[in-house]
Amino acid sequence: MTTTTPPVAAGAQETSGRPTRAARVRKRLNTHTATLVAIVIAVVWTIPTFGLLVSSFRPENQIKTTGWWTFFRDPEFTLQNYQEVLFGQSASSGQLASYFINSLVITLPAVLFPLAFAALAAYALAWINFRGRDWVYIGIFALQIVPLQMALVPLLSFFSRGVSLGGITLMPAWNLDGAQNFAQVWFAHTCFALPFAVYLLHNFISQLPKDLMEAARVDGATHPKIFRTIVLPLVAPALAAFGIFQFLWVWNDLLVGLIFAGGSDVTAPLTVRLAELAGTRGNEWQRLTAGAFVSIVVPLIVFLSLQRYFVRGLLAGSVKG
Amino acid sequence: MDFDFAEQAPKLMMLLWGLVAFAVVVGGLLVLLDAVPAFFARRREARFVAASASGAPLPGRPRSREGLFATFFLLPTVLLLMIGLVVPALRTTLLSFMDGGSQNFVGLDNYRWMFADDSIVRVLVNTLVWVTLVPLVATSIGLLYAVLVDKARLEAVAKSLIFMPMAISFVGASIIWKFVYAFRSEEQEQIGLLNQIVVSLGGAPRQWLLDSPLNTLLLIVIMVWIQAGFAMVVLSAAIKAIPADIVEAARLDGVSPWQMFWQITLPSIRPALIVVVVTISIATLKVFDIVRTSTNGNYDTSVIANEMYNQAFRYGQNGQGSALAVFLFVLVIPIVIFQIRNLRQQRREG
Repeated sequence: MTTTTPPVAAGAQETSGRPTRAARVRKRLNTHTATLVAIVIAVVWTIPTFGLLVSSFRPENQIKTTGWWTFFRDPEFTLQNYQEVLFGQSASSGQLASYFINSLVITLPAVLFPLAFAALAAYALAWINFRGRDWVYIGIFALQIVPLQMALVPLLSFFSRGVSLGGITLMPAWNLDGAQNFAQVWFAHTCFALPFAVYLLHNFISQLPKDLMEAARVDGATHPKIFRTIVLPLVAPALAAFGIFQFLWVWNDLLVGLIFAGGSDVTAPLTVRLAELAGTRGNEWQRLTAGAFVSIVVPLIVFLSLQRYFVRGLLAGSVKG
Repeated sequence: MDFDFAEQAPKLMMLLWGLVAFAVVVGGLLVLLDAVPAFFARRREARFVAASASGAPLPGRPRSREGLFATFFLLPTVLLLMIGLVVPALRTTLLSFMDGGSQNFVGLDNYRWMFADDSIVRVLVNTLVWVTLVPLVATSIGLLYAVLVDKARLEAVAKSLIFMPMAISFVGASIIWKFVYAFRSEEQEQIGLLNQIVVSLGGAPRQWLLDSPLNTLLLIVIMVWIQAGFAMVVLSAAIKAIPADIVEAARLDGVSPWQMFWQITLPSIRPALIVVVVTISIATLKVFDIVRTSTNGNYDTSVIANEMYNQAFRYGQNGQGSALAVFLFVLVIPIVIFQIRNLRQQRREG
């Protein structure tokens, strides 16, 4: 038996299993204990979110005095928490509606820009022959490992003070105020997203059939034309995969928002506000539960409806090397 | 509902500007790339006509403009990476050798401070605990679950349940778990699930997030909760890719499920396993949101990324903050080298 194991690792990824036979074999694993363990894990993984959701619909005095599990004994349902946390006018309430819009305004361009730029770059790296192509690809690939912490301090000073070298101003400060600050959040998110975006899209675009590209070239199509009419439609699933990734990343991000968007309700995203509420009003559970759910609901919808693309992108981005 | 839509107008205006800028930049680039070659083609044609009319030697084949195309396709990406990542990273490295106000060089002082200051050493130790435990536990649970639900009824639903936390922000997840860890004094009814369980088992409620080192472990639970789904999805796909005849052959040899797991499944999915561990390790090294939202780094729970934020953006210590960022980067490098080595080894075997 043991002698047959070593060759297994090689080439195991390529062939897909025949389900019927394998199913019979694996059924042995699915004994009662196995099912029980699986159910326990599933419950542990779902209960915390479920508790939060139930609590967000309970009246304030009940949230603060009894556990959410008592809800089923004595159900009392209210939307007051959501009303308060979204639209309440006092400074201590969430005012999350405003932050919700900020998150939207931040997210849309911060997804579109890297998507377009990375698709262009990935196409050039895969299908245009030019000197130094491999080096440019390796360079961009390697940038994936640079933690964004490495860029935060200088990038912030670049926005606020510009760049000058030896007294000569190479780039002026951006001097943004109010809603204009969104621009620097978009800029930061776009820069930080590009290495992974190029890598992921390159994985897909470089695997398009070579014959197709050559045929198009012979027909006299230029690179921009091939890119627009052939490549983009074919890699639409990959674009969707990265789009979802980036959407979840930007919507859920705290660090970049905290540093580049500031803390006011003019530009700060939901996450920044929620983190602030959790810090300063840690016991106001009626606000935290409803607020957390407001921030969770959009990515959850995106995620559940587009899960197929997300998983495909995840596998392409992590397993293929 | 008093919600002032007029107040939101500037933001939506800005969004509009952003989208217009996007259309102009990307559309403009494509139009430019279409127009420029067409222009050259027309000029060449004109020269060709002129040459054949005057009887001069015909111009040769056009030079390849591949390089020109490549430049324009790559321009936005390379430019943004330079401005947004490469130059700032180099500058951060430089700043890590300067003082808090970035005025004078201080040599290795910031790094010496990092390993001498007790509170920072604590931060480094915490980070080490995170980066050891999270990949290990998250991958184990993900693998266990992937094996258990493979080919089971309702597999898709079962997987979605574990996978869902991946869509939730770290901030949201921290609030969810803070609520689980919530504390009420002994006389009161508990509102946190964990304390309720402890009380119903006859124990006394505890302030979970205040007790070191237990609080770090409880924060690690949050990260595991988020990352296990990622591990599960990738490993599940790898398990499904194991060739059926290998599994069949093993079955004919009469191996037990236990042997099957250790001798067939595990060696087969080794490459995927390594990718998962590496990816989770790197994500864990950079963890910031969970610590900041749950405890703000108090009660001995801080980690490098959180301390870096505090030093650079709260205390105005750019030098010390930069040194921590550089150290974070240095910690990522061995993990990546390990990954590259493994990839190479796989290629040689494969």
